[in-house]
Amino acid sequence: MIFSGDINAASLARDGRREFYGMAALCLPSFILVFILLILPIGWLFWMSLFNADGAFSAENYVRLFDSTYTSTLVTTFQVGFLVTVISVVLGYPLAYMLSQLPPRLAGLCTIFVVLPFWTSTLVRTYAWMLLLQRKGIINSALISLGLIADPIRMVNNMTGTVIGMVHIMLPFLVLPLYGVMKSISPDYVRAAANLGAGPTRAFWTIFLPQSLPGLTAGMLLVFVLCLGFYVTPALLGGGRVIMWSMMIDSSIRLYANWGAASALGVALLVMTFCVLWLVNRLFGLKRLYGESR
Amino acid sequence: MQIETKSLAEVPSPPPGGDRGKPMSQRTGDMRSQPLTIKNVAKAYGQLKVLDDVNLDVGSGEFLTLLGASGSGKTTLLMVIAGFARPDSGAVMVGGTDIVRTPAHKRNMGMVFQSYALFPHMNVAANVGYPLRLRGAGRVEIADRVARALDLVQLGHLGERRIDQLSGGQRQRIALARAIVFEPRILLMDEPLSALDKKLREHMQIEIRRLHEKLGMTTIYVTHDQREALTMSDRIAIMDRGRIVQIDEPRRLYERPASRFVADFIGESSFLPIIVEAGIARFGDLVLKTGGRLDTAPRQLLVLRPEKLEILGSEQAPGLNVLSGILTELIYQGESFLCQIALGEGHTVVVRGPTRRDTLAGLPELGGSMRLGLHPEDTVLVPDA
Repeated sequence: MIFSGDINAASLARDGRREFYGMAALCLPSFILVFILLILPIGWLFWMSLFNADGAFSAENYVRLFDSTYTSTLVTTFQVGFLVTVISVVLGYPLAYMLSQLPPRLAGLCTIFVVLPFWTSTLVRTYAWMLLLQRKGIINSALISLGLIADPIRMVNNMTGTVIGMVHIMLPFLVLPLYGVMKSISPDYVRAAANLGAGPTRAFWTIFLPQSLPGLTAGMLLVFVLCLGFYVTPALLGGGRVIMWSMMIDSSIRLYANWGAASALGVALLVMTFCVLWLVNRLFGLKRLYGESR
Repeated sequence: MQIETKSLAEVPSPPPGGDRGKPMSQRTGDMRSQPLTIKNVAKAYGQLKVLDDVNLDVGSGEFLTLLGASGSGKTTLLMVIAGFARPDSGAVMVGGTDIVRTPAHKRNMGMVFQSYALFPHMNVAANVGYPLRLRGAGRVEIADRVARALDLVQLGHLGERRIDQLSGGQRQRIALARAIVFEPRILLMDEPLSALDKKLREHMQIEIRRLHEKLGMTTIYVTHDQREALTMSDRIAIMDRGRIVQIDEPRRLYERPASRFVADFIGESSFLPIIVEAGIARFGDLVLKTGGRLDTAPRQLLVLRPEKLEILGSEQAPGLNVLSGILTELIYQGESFLCQIALGEGHTVVVRGPTRRDTLAGLPELGGSMRLGLHPEDTVLVPDA
């Protein structure tokens, strides 16, 4: 006998299970991909970091990270990251603001100019900066021939060159998320502020800027995290005077063939990156940064 | 704490004799409210005239609605008044002073936006207090006036809420509170109720109307909803293609439309062609009794509102204009029904009647003949454009 409450219950439950397994099967390829490309290499990296140069299992690689060579590199890395982020904000915020206020067609054109460098190799752009910034480069010769300076300024093979090159490469990473958020701020807000009595400056600082902060934080985070692991530009434009964490990884492998030490540096970099993300999440909430409206 | 209301005090008082037009009971409410005059305002985008020589007088304390379809220029006119759009020419006078070149933030007008534009990074109290902070009011005064404004819109308990925690209706009221808290000389509203559902919208219409009567602020209200306009306004200005085509009190506008456009735009209408000869108006062979004076134009249109027509039985109706025809369609709509009646020669009229037992019982079968009575006072003729 079938009770009315049980009509089709068993087959409906079976359909539900089937649907679930079907969905899971469809997701499987991407899970496998993530596992092979992400989880496995990181696990391997961590595993290798636990063996010293002689192939013995030890914590030696991690203990060494507290040597002054490494800690000073760490300080430099964060210094460069901080400087590049700050300068990117100073240059990028007005740029993103202008883009967001332009008429759509013009904004699209200008956005292409912002993104254009993305399509040129970092290496090529870095060499280009070397040409521009060197002692007898275009900038120095121009300044000298104009009589503004007597001797060439040192702009390359030091911190200055490194930061200039990196800011150039990082700028789009700041501008694009910021532009996205600024575009989504309705002009009604600024109008409302004006209507209520706020002049343009006041309306910007009290209404527009606060609402653009999620985009600014997202962009800053992106730039800072990318800076932590940046290699090519500081290596070429720093001229050996600016030693970043990534360069230590490089020398561990190329000069000393010490994969264990390099792995430990990699793990440390990964952990530092996660710490930065965690901190920003605690302070601002990452969900908000990536466009999820509360 | 020193209470500072400098910018509020700067607002000039209305000049004597500036009061224009008909007396209004609510005019006494607020001394700060001021008359507004729009003089020859024009604005074009390329070839398109968005505002075509608009002239408008709004009395102090009056509730005036700009009503029109989208693209009629009503929102642009409001933007010109608020200072967000620059007209090509013309003047905007508030209390006798031309403010057309004054930037928006110095106009001291409150505005309720269609999107409300409540600042999401501030709570309710901070939103409502924002215009007071800009005017340099002290903390105690701000708190006091914010509380009063919130009480006025009956949301006194929500000061600490975040904007995203409010319902649509609550946001609407907060936006209103923010627009009136600094006692602006003119209140502007841009379709403020369009985002609300029907019930709430009708409730808010009455509430805004009451608030207006209490505060007596000169109010310019923009809507495309004719019922809303009729419900709320002292006067309605109907806009079409950048012009004000008629401006009148709601009842006169509905009952005495000046053109086919207005009759069509406000309410439902059927139109019948009328020939006027020697001071006599005729529809076919029927000589019409008209209430008011008759225009001399030879070709005119009779405006028939569905609810103004009376369904007659076989009795004589001496005082009325009587039309007869065939019932072709009957639509039941709950509180009323609609009849479509063919008058012959391709003319049809639509009649609305209440769904009372006796009225319904008096209707013929489909295809049966019907007689309709129209009072001379409701016999409205407009030019046949």
